[in-house]
Amino acid sequence: MQQYFHSVTLDSDKCKGCINCIKHCPTEAIRVRQSKAHIIKERCIDCGECIRICPHNAKKAVTDSLSDIEKYKYKVAIPAPTLYGQFETVDDINVVLNALKAIGFDAVFEVARAAEIVTLATKDLILQNRISFPIISTACPAVVRLIRVRFPGLIDNLLPLLSPMEVAAKIMRKTSIEKTGLKPEEIGIFFISPCAAKMTDSKEPLGTSKSEVDGVIAIKDIYIPLTKAINKLDKDNLESLASAGRHGVGWALNGGEASALTDDEYISVNGINNVISVLEELDENKFRNIKFAELGACTGGCVGGPLTVENGFVADTRIKSLMRKLSKYTMESNMPDIRLEDVLWTSKPEYFSIMKLDDDMEKAMQKMQQMDEIFERLPQLDCGSCGSPSCKALAEDIVRGKGNEMDCVFNLRKRVQSLAKEMINLDENMINFKYEE
Amino acid sequence: MSDIVKTLHYDVDPKDFDSVGEASGKTKNVLRQLGFPPEVLRRVAIAMYEGEINMVIHANGGTADVEISPKQIKITLKDNGPGIPDIEKAMQKGYSTASEEARSLGFGAGMGLFNMDTYADELNITTKIGVGTTVEMIIRT
Repeated sequence: MQQYFHSVTLDSDKCKGCINCIKHCPTEAIRVRQSKAHIIKERCIDCGECIRICPHNAKKAVTDSLSDIEKYKYKVAIPAPTLYGQFETVDDINVVLNALKAIGFDAVFEVARAAEIVTLATKDLILQNRISFPIISTACPAVVRLIRVRFPGLIDNLLPLLSPMEVAAKIMRKTSIEKTGLKPEEIGIFFISPCAAKMTDSKEPLGTSKSEVDGVIAIKDIYIPLTKAINKLDKDNLESLASAGRHGVGWALNGGEASALTDDEYISVNGINNVISVLEELDENKFRNIKFAELGACTGGCVGGPLTVENGFVADTRIKSLMRKLSKYTMESNMPDIRLEDVLWTSKPEYFSIMKLDDDMEKAMQKMQQMDEIFERLPQLDCGSCGSPSCKALAEDIVRGKGNEMDCVFNLRKRVQSLAKEMINLDENMINFKYEE
Repeated sequence: MSDIVKTLHYDVDPKDFDSVGEASGKTKNVLRQLGFPPEVLRRVAIAMYEGEINMVIHANGGTADVEISPKQIKITLKDNGPGIPDIEKAMQKGYSTASEEARSLGFGAGMGLFNMDTYADELNITTKIGVGTTVEMIIRT
């Protein structure tokens, strides 16, 4: 039995059992039962939509804390480029990187630089004809997980390269060992993340058997200590730590990966619902001239991540302004010691058929028949009051043995009315009986 | 003979280009819930989508019926359009009689019947000029 780790979890005490999350979950992975939300683990892709929508802050992402870095002798921060756009006063990426060292990290390496390596590797794969079009980006772990459970026909189109986070961690594991002489396990590599799905990706990576990332710290959890450190920094004596150019930093934004790769024949799509509709169309072969599809679960790209502090659109403007300062730069210069083969996936994600009604197709067909019949008896208003996101989902839950037709408030009302009528009839009959006596 | 267990019926509306693909999309979701393998889903979705487009572009819409059994999926697309004068020609890759309007929307690449033939295991076309066309596709699992 496959174990599922999830970053997105429920704080049961805070949950009021309202239906906001079930109506917004793009994979219909949440049900409300007994006045509490429940996440169906196999279906959750850790996109973080429920974290954003929950009015009671009952949905949270499990991540590591800054104090967890103390478990390691040598502490390495690998920040996502999204981090750079969080601070109003920062006009130099080096300020953020120096501040990371000021709060306790021994070394810093930009995930943005690793992103450039992924871009170069993608170009190599295309040149060597080792990949078929349209290529689907694998930078967003929520999207890769979505494809694995819902669009198996597109698994072969996934870009078979490690994510920039993983590439950065791999580079830093190697260089840190060389530099310090420490054992691999004495070095702690921490991703500074805008994203809940990255936490899951570090625990249960796709495309590789084990992640090199030891911990994931949410941007919102590191924001206050980092802001304090930035304010205290001596800005005239900064260590030169930045190595990424504008292409890599641009990965934080919608379209960043695609525009670093090619000028045209690409689409960049953001927001999980837009991504789903585009995947449906890709699956049906509808885009004939698209070579590369960059798909990001969050609105605006990673800057819109659920674990960020700053408004995504404001952060977008700031990052664009930082990028302009980096314009004179080529990705190929000063390449770290890493080969294409080092960043290739070693395994392909397997299809998880979570949608099917039964392992036995004949039984699945019977269940579907029952489901259709139940659906016809439901009001088809998709109100969500039963705790399932739609009438169709309730019908499906019932045939899966996880719901009841009387969970529907409308059906329940009808039933109560008919029971009441029966009681009245019964009462009248009793009166007649007495009368005859 | 395999028993037909599940049937689907859709009306393909000619007035709304946006809704093209609804029938094939919904069929794909049903097949997914029934547990058909990815490659079958893809073949059905592509072949059926091409058929849907053809009905909208050339025939003022029509109906789509799907019969699903564990062994095969049979798709019947029926229209009351102008009919196909030369099937052999229409089957050729790149041949199209689509209007300028359809072409401006990105259709009319002449891949429709060719793709249907490629993705379906069996393709039968019955057509009569001025009366209509029935396309029957069988995809075996």
